[in-house]
Amino acid sequence: MMEKIFGRPESLLDVPFHYCPGCHHGIIHRLVAEVIDELKVRTSTIGVAPVGCSVLAYEYFNFDVYEAAHGRAPAVATGVKRVLPDTTVFTYQGDGDLAAIGCAEIMHAAIRGEKITTIFVNNAIYGMTGGQMAPTTLIEQVTQTSPYGRNQDIVGMPVKMSEVLATIDGAKFIARVAVNNPANMAKAKAAIKKAFEIQHQGLGFAMVEVLSTCPTNWAMTPVQATKWLEENMIPYYPLGIIKSPEEVAK
Amino acid sequence: MPKPVFNQERCKGCELCNHACPKKILAMSANFNSKGYRVAYCTDESKCIGCMICAKTCPDCVIEIYK
Amino acid sequence: MSEKIIMKGNEAIGEAAIVAGCRHYFGYPITPQTELTEYMAKKLPLVNGVFLQAESEVAAINMVYGAAGTGARVMTSSSSPGISLKQEGISYIAGAELPCVIVNMMRGGPGLGSIQPSQADYFQATKGGGHGDYRNIVLAPNSVQELVDFTILAFDLADQYRNPVFVLGDGALGQMMEPLEFKPLEVKSVEKPWAANGLGTRKTPNVINSLYLKPEQLEAHNVKLQKKYQLITENEIRWEEQNTQDADLVIVAYGITSRIATSAMQMARADGLKVGMLRPQTLWPFPCEPLNNLADKASAFLTVELSAGQMVEDVKLSVNGKKPVYFYGRTGGMIPNPKEIYQEIKKIYGMKEAK
Repeated sequence: MMEKIFGRPESLLDVPFHYCPGCHHGIIHRLVAEVIDELKVRTSTIGVAPVGCSVLAYEYFNFDVYEAAHGRAPAVATGVKRVLPDTTVFTYQGDGDLAAIGCAEIMHAAIRGEKITTIFVNNAIYGMTGGQMAPTTLIEQVTQTSPYGRNQDIVGMPVKMSEVLATIDGAKFIARVAVNNPANMAKAKAAIKKAFEIQHQGLGFAMVEVLSTCPTNWAMTPVQATKWLEENMIPYYPLGIIKSPEEVAK
Repeated sequence: MPKPVFNQERCKGCELCNHACPKKILAMSANFNSKGYRVAYCTDESKCIGCMICAKTCPDCVIEIYK
Repeated sequence: MSEKIIMKGNEAIGEAAIVAGCRHYFGYPITPQTELTEYMAKKLPLVNGVFLQAESEVAAINMVYGAAGTGARVMTSSSSPGISLKQEGISYIAGAELPCVIVNMMRGGPGLGSIQPSQADYFQATKGGGHGDYRNIVLAPNSVQELVDFTILAFDLADQYRNPVFVLGDGALGQMMEPLEFKPLEVKSVEKPWAANGLGTRKTPNVINSLYLKPEQLEAHNVKLQKKYQLITENEIRWEEQNTQDADLVIVAYGITSRIATSAMQMARADGLKVGMLRPQTLWPFPCEPLNNLADKASAFLTVELSAGQMVEDVKLSVNGKKPVYFYGRTGGMIPNPKEIYQEIKKIYGMKEAK
């Protein structure tokens, strides 16, 4: 009798993802689910899904989930957490949701030191609507709404939300990770776990930015997209723990 | 001996697993699943070291590892 | 506890909410309802509640969405421009069928308008306001006592129908001080098995959602909503009539305007004119049938509003062409005096205007 040493975590329902082939959302969902399992908080966890590619996240997680309006997930999570302070509450948001339309909500959740965790998936593009420019789109990156490449003179530089949020007192843990290889996946999972532990310790707001591919809208194969992420995104969006309670204590 | 088990109906043929496998024992099948994707499979289970890299790389939870 | 006390309208709403079991309030300051926000800031912490000043009305209504989804009794309040900002969230709340209470102390518009009393948000409150086919239950108090009674009622209706409920007041009602009493009441406890408050021992996750990508599913959801709205229409229409038994002319007015119109009616009665009044207490569902019935006896209707004419459209739909429907309104924070309205009454009677 063989023993299963790796499989689907309990916090993920046994249903197929709708994501495109090679999209990193599936990996990131699984890492979040694994962390929830390991922390043994599945039955007291409440997720808040965004508008964007992960709009259907509520169909995949095996715990209660809210579907929020575009950009408003941190406000919805605030409402939940303020009523149920003993639950584990997290938002799962893309770059359009968090860094464009939801800037005010994420900033003020951090400012209040809201005891929630945010998983911020940055793939430098609007995926769900078919590949438009995001605040995180790189300079010269071609999208449907930057067909000649992102021009700094017209729309400015891509925003580094993790660094922005790290300046806020109420944000206690901020990390940027990627899931492009096994080593980075391990770091990503450790950061996600830490971000939930910060919430459980009641320290304040915690966010993990996860760099992700969008093979479909980048018009690449999944393997090419991973390489593009490594050569273009990681140099502009450096990986690592940007802020943690240990750092602040130093 | 460890071995990967593929839920091939869930495979989307993205090929991330066979690029990630350190033993280069994963390949894309000539067959299609019902969604029309060419699916990943293991060419030589005897060479599997149970590192789980393929399973962790798969965005669709297609692969389980048994030992 | 049923002794008479004196409170300002805005504060009375806050106290009524607490009496009704509301322990969560999310809001943003805006004149002329800020006293309510301040009252909640002061009182909720004393009863183990949560007051949170949000970064915007947009955030506040989405906090309400989150809190309401857990099954808690929750409220937000604002005034016209702030209510416009909340419309996105209200549409989601209606779509996800979450119970909550929203107070709008209307001020003059459009745009930034003024901070003076107005009733120009009638369309917004009663016809939906945000996108999609949905309805808010809209309660229209006309005294501080009714602000109290309707706020408590609003929480019960919200829970009963899983629907957003508006308490639609105006700057005048909010600022007015009047005697009131809190009648003894039992807070109705409603089971909320749909609440997304963590699985606990439940096996299936609860999802708070308004997204239905498959057209047949979204249509089914809309059909279900419409059935609920039908049920609300059958059960919850509230209105008050004065002097309508023998009335030739029926004034239709709600909120603060109904009080001024009452004085105009009394002046007319004193002069022997058979004027009556119907005051909708629910603006949605609207008292269509009572008005239609009155149209069989009365000769004409006069709708009076602090707007350029909004409720008058529903009055016309209710009267359905049986009798003429006249309109008199003031806007921009201007409030008519009883004599002004009486002059309108005389005009309709074909009499010379009063001097």
